[in-house]
Amino acid sequence: MIEVEGLTVRFGGVTPIDGMTVSFQEGTCGLIGPNGAGKTTFFNVLSGFVKPATGTVSAFGENLLKLADYRRARWGLRRTFQTEQAIAKLTVFENVALIHEHSHSDRRARRADVEDALSFVGLDAFERSAVGTLGTGPRRFVEIARAVVGQPKVVLLDEPAAGLPDEQTQHLAGLIREIPERYGALVILVDHDMSLVSACCQTTAVLDFGKLIAAGPTAEVLHNEHVIRAYLGTEDEL
Amino acid sequence: MPARGVRRGVDSGAARARSVSPETVVRAILIGGALAFVLFALPVLLSTYWIKVLTAVAIFAVVALGLNVLFGRAGLVSLGQIALLAVGGWIAARFLFLTSLPFPVVLLLAGLLTAAVGTLLGLPALRLSGLHLALITLMFAGVVAIVVPTTNFPNGGSGVLGHTESSLGSLAIRRPSIAHSDEAYFRYTVIVAALMFLLALAHVSAKAGRAWSAIRHSEPAALAAGVNITLYKLYAFTLASFMTGVAGGLYAGNVGKLYSYQFSGARTIDSVSLMAVVLMGGIFSLWGAVVAAVLQQLLPALLNDWFAFFRENPDFLFVIFGVGLLQVLVTAPEGLVTQFPRDMRNLGRLIIKPFRRRSGAAKGPP
Repeated sequence: MIEVEGLTVRFGGVTPIDGMTVSFQEGTCGLIGPNGAGKTTFFNVLSGFVKPATGTVSAFGENLLKLADYRRARWGLRRTFQTEQAIAKLTVFENVALIHEHSHSDRRARRADVEDALSFVGLDAFERSAVGTLGTGPRRFVEIARAVVGQPKVVLLDEPAAGLPDEQTQHLAGLIREIPERYGALVILVDHDMSLVSACCQTTAVLDFGKLIAAGPTAEVLHNEHVIRAYLGTEDEL
Repeated sequence: MPARGVRRGVDSGAARARSVSPETVVRAILIGGALAFVLFALPVLLSTYWIKVLTAVAIFAVVALGLNVLFGRAGLVSLGQIALLAVGGWIAARFLFLTSLPFPVVLLLAGLLTAAVGTLLGLPALRLSGLHLALITLMFAGVVAIVVPTTNFPNGGSGVLGHTESSLGSLAIRRPSIAHSDEAYFRYTVIVAALMFLLALAHVSAKAGRAWSAIRHSEPAALAAGVNITLYKLYAFTLASFMTGVAGGLYAGNVGKLYSYQFSGARTIDSVSLMAVVLMGGIFSLWGAVVAAVLQQLLPALLNDWFAFFRENPDFLFVIFGVGLLQVLVTAPEGLVTQFPRDMRNLGRLIIKPFRRRSGAAKGPP
């Protein structure tokens, strides 16, 4: 469970996140909002790339903001990026093993854990291929394997379906739904694809201009009038 | 999911990953054969002069290897590698005159102490990269170029610096007891260089190499993967400097006498040209370091031998390096180590083509 209290981020005169208080309980949670709503900035706060002006983030009882950035991955925070970041020069296996090596996981279990993650995403036949020789789709799935290997506690997925054709998006949705049970991690999914969010997330939070405007069961949130207005860009009287 | 479609034999895939592939065996045999040729045939075939040139090639292959790892793997630029070579040479020379420690121990000490200096040089890399880091490391080379003429190199004198001006009777830097002759020292150098390549291989194919790849690819992504960027950047400098320090010790033994003019301010250009040849050789394969050393040490010796023009204008080498670097950067960023075999294959195909067409026509139906 992640509890966010009064989180504010300022870049000069811009406030990409403004007094955000929200909790992500369990399973797969959606985080949506129009462009520039502060979703990626929120992920960057969790990753330690952005220092918030105020606020606290507690994840499974751990004060996340106190941990050094690289230690958060060791603690169990995993993430993917909007532009996939699988390393082209390394093989699929090495890409995933890299994460395992820098986690607290048992090194004797490395091969088994990496192979488990690769078979989970369906890339086990490609473990010796250099990532540079793969297309966009498989690279996205390498990132998912990287996100689930080595006892993850929290998995942040930043538009994981970007650039994927429909049938691969469906495969991806199945994987995302399976992560909490199979790996015991809390998943937060940011995506513009509402069908992916509704297919994967029991609960969803909505950000608009850095403010939380709705949170709750996904179906209810998507029918919330503030959310519809935020997406349609209508004048909001709030 | 495309991967599902071609998913076959999960178990055989896992088994393949664990066993040694036939290519690896063939490659190991080829490398072993080449090494045996270099160690046993070359000293018999070549004159002492060329053996000394090839000893220098082996030494600079180690220096180039350090930069190859630093830049090719971790993405960190350094234009101060020749200055670190001078530091390694100084340390080795000092210990060789001061103590009767065995040569390999002195090489190790030179490597470790140079690694300490190089790690300090790496500190700016935690904040800087690219051009700024290049300039800072070049300035370090400049500092060494100022210090070296003042301290000079040990030549059997007393005191901390170990240098005496009454150099008429000064001793040559000693070589290992098993490798006094130039031929034996050549073999010794090649073996130490091979060990350095194994050391580099052990790093780039392991956790450190993967961490460096992650850093080179994207620092935020490396942090998100749990890579301690500070530690691994410094470690890249430590490893590269260790190798360069060992090379410095080998260099001291090879030349017998180190002179400050070899590392004077005017020679800081060597650190820059090293970067050029390392890029030309290829930074994504360790073999690129061998090509780099051949370009920097053997090529000028051959040109000197062949052309009087080159003997009178040794700096013409930079024109060749400039054109060569431009050629590589534009047409083959992976370097000569990949480009040359590929071009040779293409040339072979081009030569064979007309013959094949003729035989194909002969076989064709009437």
